[in-house]
Amino acid sequence: MSALSIAVSDTADVTGRNIRTLFRTPQALIFATIQPVIFVLLFRYAFGGAIRVPGVDYVYFLMPGVFAQSVCFGAIGTAVGLSADMRSGLLVRFRSLPMSRVAVLAGRVTADLARNLLVVAVMAGVGFAVGFRTPHGAWALLAALGLVLLFSTALSWLFVAIGLRVSDPEAAQAFGVPIMFLLVFTSSAFVPATSMPGWLQAIAVHQPVNALVNAERALIIGGTAAHDVLQSLAWTGGILLVFVVVSVRIYTRFGR
Amino acid sequence: MNDPAIEADTLRKAYGTITALDGLSFQVPAGSVLGLLGPNGSGKTTAVSILSTTLRPDAGRAIVCGLDAVADAPAVRQLIGLAGQFAAVDANLTGRENLMLIARLSRVGRRHASGRAAELLDQFGLMPAADRLVRTYSGGMRRRLDVAAALLHHPRVLFLDEPTTGLDPESRIVLWDSIAGLVRDGTTLLLTTQYLEEADALADNIVIIAAGRMVDTGTPSQLKSRLGAVMFTLGFAGEPEAVRACRVLAAAGQPAERTGSHVSMRSAAGSGAIAQVLRVLDGQVPDPVTVTVREPTLDDVFLALTGSGITAGGMAA
Repeated sequence: MSALSIAVSDTADVTGRNIRTLFRTPQALIFATIQPVIFVLLFRYAFGGAIRVPGVDYVYFLMPGVFAQSVCFGAIGTAVGLSADMRSGLLVRFRSLPMSRVAVLAGRVTADLARNLLVVAVMAGVGFAVGFRTPHGAWALLAALGLVLLFSTALSWLFVAIGLRVSDPEAAQAFGVPIMFLLVFTSSAFVPATSMPGWLQAIAVHQPVNALVNAERALIIGGTAAHDVLQSLAWTGGILLVFVVVSVRIYTRFGR
Repeated sequence: MNDPAIEADTLRKAYGTITALDGLSFQVPAGSVLGLLGPNGSGKTTAVSILSTTLRPDAGRAIVCGLDAVADAPAVRQLIGLAGQFAAVDANLTGRENLMLIARLSRVGRRHASGRAAELLDQFGLMPAADRLVRTYSGGMRRRLDVAAALLHHPRVLFLDEPTTGLDPESRIVLWDSIAGLVRDGTTLLLTTQYLEEADALADNIVIIAAGRMVDTGTPSQLKSRLGAVMFTLGFAGEPEAVRACRVLAAAGQPAERTGSHVSMRSAAGSGAIAQVLRVLDGQVPDPVTVTVREPTLDDVFLALTGSGITAGGMAA
């Protein structure tokens, strides 16, 4: 077998294992879904009335933010899962096997992509139940969700690096939550950036979660779609490139 | 046939300022069992990690089946099996699923994987629990599964790092039996342990390490015979008598060690030596209350070499 076919086959095996494990610890899956559902309900019914978004019903504004938020918090799971495998000694076993080095990481990211796909689908269902619609058609929504999942993959690679560095599930959680909280809540995920003070706006318009929700909204509600989508893809591509390289490097240098 | 299957050549490894290995060298002939013995922190796991390609040495060479564990790591990985100190199996998979996963990743073909997994489940007495999640397994069952996972691809060289630490005596014996079976099939085995009894039961040769260095090596019987054929202990009524007995014996050219009210001696001359010692002491100190005679254990060897026992558990029989 060539190195590439070994890498593909091993990634598939590790992905299968991770997905299986995911469904056998449904608590994590339920937690990943319930939290964004609560956010939908809170912002749709509790806070939404107080948030004014010019020219658009708030639920249309809200759902792209929720899609982004659910994968952002889901990405922390990548670090938690990987560091748990490190603590249990499984990664040492993997390093002693004649298997592809990158498959351990790629298998984790791929399984987490599958989990995100599920969570995002559930969120879309919840959105439709509370009055969200797609004025520009189903393809526009699917394109937006595609962007969300691409971004989630890039974030997963970032959290692979964090998981490998901290090697402790609790620490990974403690490290990831504040980062994601800051990124999500300094973006326009739930409130328009224009309602923020100037200094915060300056931060908001220059960060990846904001670029993602802008692109989603441009596709779903309408707007400067081409520009916003490219900007989001640039962020996604940049994060992906940097953290695939960093993560693989950390992993292959273990034990030196 | 007598080429070493494993060769550690002046291995050095430091973690920051802590020296884990300080020029460790040893060889394991193909088809034999080496017991690597030492207290916690002596460098056993570091040595195993380097030889099993999961850690790079700072200096020195690690050779497995003629291949360099650093430069030819991918080739070495096809020849070795490793079961570490912690049972590295996935608690959320069944026993069978764990073995199937590791089999696939060990490049056992899809067609052979399930047969091989079933064979090992059977061999390690795990067949009745094969389709249960590992999180329902006992500690002993997890360890057995862990060792089974290291054997899927018929490794020529097997590394077992403290395979029975923390196991109850019964699980330990089950695992010993399985290990002894492997050795009969010609697998070269490097076994680290804190249990002298374990090394005594399984190993052809023993390397004793302390602070990352070899302090002695030999077969279990060589190591024991260096201490003399018998060890005997005289128990006195109190410490003052024991102290006096030591002094009298030393004056007669027969050094002895004292622990509390007990005085121990080694002798190559067998039990005849006891009579001589008792004659020396006769009239000088009150007669001992107890006299015990036994063969030296590896724990005695370790004590003599390093001045301290291995662990309290090391004496457990």
